[in-house]
Amino acid sequence: MTTTNPDPTDALAGGIPVSAPVVLSTGTRGTRVLGIATIVSMAWLVAFGLGFSPADRDQREAVRILYMHVPTIWVAYMAFVVTALSSAMVLYLGRGGRPQPLGWDRLAGASAEAGTAFVAVTLVVGALWGRLTWGVFWQWDARLTTTALLFVTYIGYLAVRRLGGTHQQRAKRSAVIGLIAVLEIPLVHWSVKLWRSLHQEATVLNTAGDIKMDGLMLFSLFIGVIAFTLFYVWLMLHRTRVMAMEDALEDRGLDDALVARRLEGTI
Amino acid sequence: MEDAGFIIGSYVVVFAVVGLLTGWVLRSGRRLAKRTPDADKYWT
Repeated sequence: MTTTNPDPTDALAGGIPVSAPVVLSTGTRGTRVLGIATIVSMAWLVAFGLGFSPADRDQREAVRILYMHVPTIWVAYMAFVVTALSSAMVLYLGRGGRPQPLGWDRLAGASAEAGTAFVAVTLVVGALWGRLTWGVFWQWDARLTTTALLFVTYIGYLAVRRLGGTHQQRAKRSAVIGLIAVLEIPLVHWSVKLWRSLHQEATVLNTAGDIKMDGLMLFSLFIGVIAFTLFYVWLMLHRTRVMAMEDALEDRGLDDALVARRLEGTI
Repeated sequence: MEDAGFIIGSYVVVFAVVGLLTGWVLRSGRRLAKRTPDADKYWT
């Protein structure tokens, strides 16, 4: 949806006339449809999570926190795997001195941001659930500790992305960390088996393939996973577009500074 | 509902973060789109 501006203004690029932007957001028809689907599925999740799904025999009403806790950590795991795959693409396509593909780098960064936010949410929600079921908000238990470590690792990854240098340098160094950091996910997932843990083992994604869960509970959990996955995709589309504009403006600012410096030299 | 404060509190925390992320990404998108030439917006 690009149209030409009838009144070009001299807004950017050091005196070179540039058409004022006409497209004033990161939204498209596709993202709007995705956004509506996300809102609808989130509403369903609240209805099933707080209303239609039954109370648990042992945990009673506290089980309703499951429908927030599991989908948020699912999105975090998925986001970190996407970061790792995108990082691998950055290194593979940028091998042999070729320029690093910045689209993949931006996806890696955006996905790590989302994953970090959702790990934080999982930890907070897990603490509330822990208070109800274990009587404490926090224990230095294997699952909780490795999850906290995962959070800190990706905070480090995001900090490295903000170090100085060119976009190419950012892409390369963060890709290496993105590939290493993802190795923590199996550690977090298997921590309940590797060490003695207060945290229960996986109910759905267990190796036996035997899901011991009420049908309506499982359905509510499924809606939660769908709703948060839709939100993740919507967020990635918008965030990568924002990052592309940030990079473009940074490059343009650098170009303008170089033009200005050259002009100073010729005067 | 038993323990309603904790249960509803967990939903509030999650949806607050979803709302914050949504607001942040949409606001920054609109702010930057005003300064970025359309040629740099690959989604248009």
